[in-house]
Amino acid sequence: MVKNLALSDKILMQVEKPARYIGNEVNSVMKDAWKVDVRFCMCFPDIYEIGMSHLGIQILYSMLNSWDDVWCERVYSPWLDLDAILREKKIPLFALESQQPVKNMDFLGITLQYEMCYTNILQILDLSQIPLQAAKRRECDPIVIGGGPCSYNPEPIADFFDLFYIGEGETQYRRLLDIYKENKKAGGSRLDFLQKASELPGIYVPSFYEEEYNPDGTIKGRKKRYDKAPDTILKEIVMDVSDTYYPTKPVVPFIQVTQDRAVLEIQRGCIRGCRFCQAGQLYRPVRERDVSVLKQYALEMLRNTGHEEISLSSLSSSDYSALDELLQFLLQECKEKHINISLPSLRIDAFSLDVMSKVQDVKKSSLTFAPEAGSQRLRNVINKGLTEEVILNGAALAFEGGWTRVKLYFMLGLPTENEEDIRGIGDLSNKIAALFYEIVPKDKRINGRVQIVTSTSFFIPKPFTPFQWAKMCTKEEFIEKAYQTRKGIMEQLNQKSIKYNWHEADVSVLEGILARGDRKLANVILYAYQNGCMFDSWSECFHYDIWMSGFENCAVDPDFYTVRERKDDEIFPWDFLDCGVTKEFLLREWKKAQSEDTSPNCRAQCQGCGANRFGGGICTQERDTAVTGPEKGTLPTN
Amino acid sequence: MKIRIKFAKYGTMKFIGHLDTMRFFQKAIRRADIDIKYSEGFSPHQIMSFAAPLGVGIESAGEYLDIEVNSYTSTELMKQALGRVMVDGMDILSVKVLPDTVKNAMASVAAAGYQISGSKNCLDQISGTETADLFALENLAQKLEAFCAQEQIPVTKQTKKSTIELDLKPAIYELSLKETPSPFMGREDAALKTTAIYMLVNASSSGNIKPSMVLNALCDFCKIPFTLQAYRITRLETYTSAEDAFIPLEDVGQDAAM
Repeated sequence: MVKNLALSDKILMQVEKPARYIGNEVNSVMKDAWKVDVRFCMCFPDIYEIGMSHLGIQILYSMLNSWDDVWCERVYSPWLDLDAILREKKIPLFALESQQPVKNMDFLGITLQYEMCYTNILQILDLSQIPLQAAKRRECDPIVIGGGPCSYNPEPIADFFDLFYIGEGETQYRRLLDIYKENKKAGGSRLDFLQKASELPGIYVPSFYEEEYNPDGTIKGRKKRYDKAPDTILKEIVMDVSDTYYPTKPVVPFIQVTQDRAVLEIQRGCIRGCRFCQAGQLYRPVRERDVSVLKQYALEMLRNTGHEEISLSSLSSSDYSALDELLQFLLQECKEKHINISLPSLRIDAFSLDVMSKVQDVKKSSLTFAPEAGSQRLRNVINKGLTEEVILNGAALAFEGGWTRVKLYFMLGLPTENEEDIRGIGDLSNKIAALFYEIVPKDKRINGRVQIVTSTSFFIPKPFTPFQWAKMCTKEEFIEKAYQTRKGIMEQLNQKSIKYNWHEADVSVLEGILARGDRKLANVILYAYQNGCMFDSWSECFHYDIWMSGFENCAVDPDFYTVRERKDDEIFPWDFLDCGVTKEFLLREWKKAQSEDTSPNCRAQCQGCGANRFGGGICTQERDTAVTGPEKGTLPTN
Repeated sequence: MKIRIKFAKYGTMKFIGHLDTMRFFQKAIRRADIDIKYSEGFSPHQIMSFAAPLGVGIESAGEYLDIEVNSYTSTELMKQALGRVMVDGMDILSVKVLPDTVKNAMASVAAAGYQISGSKNCLDQISGTETADLFALENLAQKLEAFCAQEQIPVTKQTKKSTIELDLKPAIYELSLKETPSPFMGREDAALKTTAIYMLVNASSSGNIKPSMVLNALCDFCKIPFTLQAYRITRLETYTSAEDAFIPLEDVGQDAAM
């Protein structure tokens, strides 16, 4: 049956890409609104093309819709053109499937993938006509839930959420929704529900706690407003990742989205323990999916979607123990069906180069290495086990195989970084270029010369990493470091073969503030939004000056969150959350970093991080020293 | 073997553009497990050709695409297989096998027939008012006759680089008022009969005329403002020329089984 759309033809014909707002995609789920007990709207607070590329929402969407009493729908940030029309005409934001207002749902779930989407959360609430602050919501408003990586420091946005779900969604949603249904049936209030929900594992209700501060602005402690609310909240985690929900019928968008392919999540977690990486700590311990299950998922997904490409998803894919078997299987299946395989980051060796040459045009594709730091000294500090020798060996193999493009990723502003480390970025780029001219004779240089693209981003300390104590650089320091890097590259012999890209500094500074922020930031975020900030991760929409005047107006010192080095015993805003890894372990790693000591990966030797309390994954497997060599270079996606 | 697929695109699907419709069918053909032929080369693609691109906002009961296959069981089974992997607003109407000598869909197109009715959705969410349209005129039938009786129907067409002068008259083969049901029989508002304008115009790659151009000229002729959203435009059929008549593209092919 042809459904009615929330927007008139006139509006849809006037906005860019109307297909963002009409739903009806292949595998999207329609249900009878009168026959379900719970209406859930899942939101990714960015545009459709970005949100539709996210695996997490597809997992939760398929899980929630597998239950007969629940209808889960989707909503994304309307782009600026529609945003203006919705405001002017006071049309409430609607869910894609039913085209009905979000404000009529029981739940609005918002995934928090990056800090720069915080103003978009307010956009979604505002356009939905839901009060921005949880404290002002009425009985008829949806329960607003946050989840995802940024919920591991939810304090800057705590005011805007009724509750946060900490950890992996597969485990507690059923119980949460049952509590909601029971409460509704018994005529219970919003507060009754939140109280019952707060007793569930993994659920954090921010209004039940109050932060108390020291005179210097640091946290003194937390006071509870509801006695039964837990003191600490341990993340939720799925221990058997082979026997759980998987979206084998993911929604297939009509328009081209960022990740326009089937995604196969091969494992969760990472054994590596790079000290700057938040994901590497949050998702411990490593849990692999059974390879036969993955083969079956791959076939089902391709059949159900018709996608012409499949990609593998995980943190460090080369560490997946059955990778060879899985790739051989996919190569075989996909060749017959003319389906591309998009390779994840792989260690560069003979095997991966062979696989790569089968699925990509060698002349057009590039190799990617992420040394992250320019010198071995600094790579030891960050515990990135990639050595110059490994990079050069990988590059040599690849040049012999016909590759002529190399991408290199570095970070600037890492703890203890000095001028020599920065010079190392140019030196390493040059060595790789020189290697090409040394190995490949003139008449065999396919594109004439080698192309090295060296990119730097600015280091941002994140909660639950060994660097959560570290000071972050100022904007001026960042810009100076980027200038030094460029100068270092320009001085190289092969500088004509090297292209240098760097990120914007001011957006990194703001991300740093929000990442380690506390509840005092809520007013600043609100100010920024009310003064026109939205889509902060889109450089054309980012207004640093508005944010800065927000800090001034709210009397909040932004430097407090960034350039200050934290004392060992400081209480952090996120300390009441427990991601499985202990603060003692992180502090130990912070000390080791300062003395330039490295730590072996989980498979080589247990470092006692605390995640073994979950009693599974790598923690309970036999350690196999045969596969513990240092991380090698990585092969790219296209 | 060449296969011609006829489909309808209506309802919310009218907002899906031509390129996305192509992408939709590439995936649908894989979902339906059709043994389509791929091109040679490093990145092979499905051999597929669409007849006439349909503008965003226009519905159609007569869209076509041609594909080449290595094998098939029967056109009826292929129609069913494709039908099972469609979405609301996309229907497979027929699947035919083409003689090998037939030109591809795009090169075959000669004309297209359109039905234009007042849009139910013309209540303007922006200004909150109903837009005046041609159907509010009392003597529309006579106006159409008079419009067609002109010696020339000059219009200016805006292209990316310049504006060009164009005479619509030779491209309009028929323009009349008809009492017609919605073409999407059994799918939506089938019972609804409306008075609609029917136009048959040139749709060949060299002389394609958009129905909105004719509507615009007609509104100018009737001295009423032209608002595109006040009309519901439906392509009823796409034609190729056979001897001295226009015949639907599907009539070139036939049902078959291997």
